[in-house]
Amino acid sequence: MNAETQKRVEVRDLRLSYGGREVIHGISFDIYEREIFAIIGPAQSGKTSLLRCLNRTVEFTPGARTSGVVKIDGQDVREVKDVYQLRRKIGMVAPLPVGLPLTIYDNVAFAPRCSGLRDRAVLDELVEKCLRQAALWDEVKDRLNTLGTRLSGGQQQRLTIARALSHQPEILCLDEFSIAIDPVTTMRIEDVLKELRKEITIILVTNLTQQARRLADRTMFMWQGEIIELDSNEVIFGPNPRDSRTRDYIKGVFG
Amino acid sequence: MSSMETQNAAQTPENQEALSQVTPRFAETPAVRKKLLYQKIAKIIFGLMAAAMIVPLLLILSYLVAKAWPTLSWEFLVDVPKRGMTEGGIWPALIGTVYLVFISLAVSAPIGILAAVYLNEYAKDNWLNRIINLAVINLAGVPSIVHALFGLGAFVYAAKMGYSIISASLTLAIMTLPVIIASTREALASVPIAFREACWNMGATRWQTIKAIVLPNSISGILTGVILQVSRAAGETAPIMFTGVVFYKAVERGTLFPYYLNEQCMALSMHLYTLSTQVPNVQESLPYATAVVLLGAVLLVNATSIALRVYMRSRKKW
Repeated sequence: MNAETQKRVEVRDLRLSYGGREVIHGISFDIYEREIFAIIGPAQSGKTSLLRCLNRTVEFTPGARTSGVVKIDGQDVREVKDVYQLRRKIGMVAPLPVGLPLTIYDNVAFAPRCSGLRDRAVLDELVEKCLRQAALWDEVKDRLNTLGTRLSGGQQQRLTIARALSHQPEILCLDEFSIAIDPVTTMRIEDVLKELRKEITIILVTNLTQQARRLADRTMFMWQGEIIELDSNEVIFGPNPRDSRTRDYIKGVFG
Repeated sequence: MSSMETQNAAQTPENQEALSQVTPRFAETPAVRKKLLYQKIAKIIFGLMAAAMIVPLLLILSYLVAKAWPTLSWEFLVDVPKRGMTEGGIWPALIGTVYLVFISLAVSAPIGILAAVYLNEYAKDNWLNRIINLAVINLAGVPSIVHALFGLGAFVYAAKMGYSIISASLTLAIMTLPVIIASTREALASVPIAFREACWNMGATRWQTIKAIVLPNSISGILTGVILQVSRAAGETAPIMFTGVVFYKAVERGTLFPYYLNEQCMALSMHLYTLSTQVPNVQESLPYATAVVLLGAVLLVNATSIALRVYMRSRKKW
């Protein structure tokens, strides 16, 4: 990374505890513009919690306490007045597919409408664009008025991705987006991510180390709330990562 | 047994042991037979208990209807009591109960629903809200006679509303409020938290989430809870007896608006009590017929609520 590349996300000594139990133990890292940044690590290593700190949805969990600094585009997220604007800036795809109990169209149009967009023609265009990006348009274009909850699990997951794109985020966080999707669709979405990468920053939390290897520019290996190693993919997935645990985890002989 | 399976299974000692037994697959061992027997016994016992619920209801209903049969007619509903309440109909009591139920729910339903939305959707888990929660639960457990005394002190005397429909209705509202709050919270909590999180992640405010997702998907449960309180408000005697319901009040036969809100009124539950204990030489079928009307009205309301729930559930979106 050259020094000119702009920092999108800056995390300094971030600690997070739920009801006194610390789950993230003071981590620091930067994410730069237009990169795919992968976070790998076993369950309970704090990956999802970390994402929730970025858009401040961690505040919805009772007893959650954070310290340290999280900056998005140079601004401390805890000093953001309009937290809803912050959340629109960050697209978030949860690991389990959640079709909202609305029509497919309304699912995707929900966020734009929340921020005041009413023009039907603009909405139509936006909905089509997002559904196309999520590789779902061809399957649902004839039944946009059926319920999103009636779609199959994999389709609902792509609907979730379409929704995350609907508020035109500048940073897209995908939290294990592929666990409910078949390999072929996963590859289609990965192609979409490679396209999106030209415009936005993507944070990819994944259990599939090979996915991180395929897509990411840099990969961070987290374990039990700490960063074990963060480096470019050539190093992390190369023959000699700095920490032996990284190599073991990627090889699948960890623990 | 194919050789491959044997090979795989032989890897653990347990499997080896299991395979050495030559019982055919799916055979009924004694343990399995015992399990099936217990299953059957449990089903019969639970089934009998469930069926037992129907018996008292049918007995009560048939006994009441049989006793009331000579009096039951349209005339009985719309006529006024006559000859010192020993004959005639129940119109003033029927319309009085409608007044009381309607006004009390018009007060308690909006307050209860809004309070429940606050408690379930907005409130953080702090000491104040824990106290509110505790208050709601305890209020729901307060006996109706205590509500009656509270209504007497608060509405009749302190607020100077006197013995009136409005005092009685407000007392009933206080009584139904905690239950409406509890049932509404239940309905709201049944909407999966993942829906809310999905909306928050997209930058929706809490209110936008509530309006678009939470309320439309819990409204059937909320309405069911409110409607069930209709039967409770209609059936209680103590709270209204102390605050605004009288033995007898002369009104015109069949009029829809016989009372002013600052007047006292008659009510079905109270009328039943009066007929059974206070008035000599009542025509025998009269109290039974009153009971049938009260019970019929309650069953009708509950049936409406069930029909509503079935209809709403058929439109449920997940």
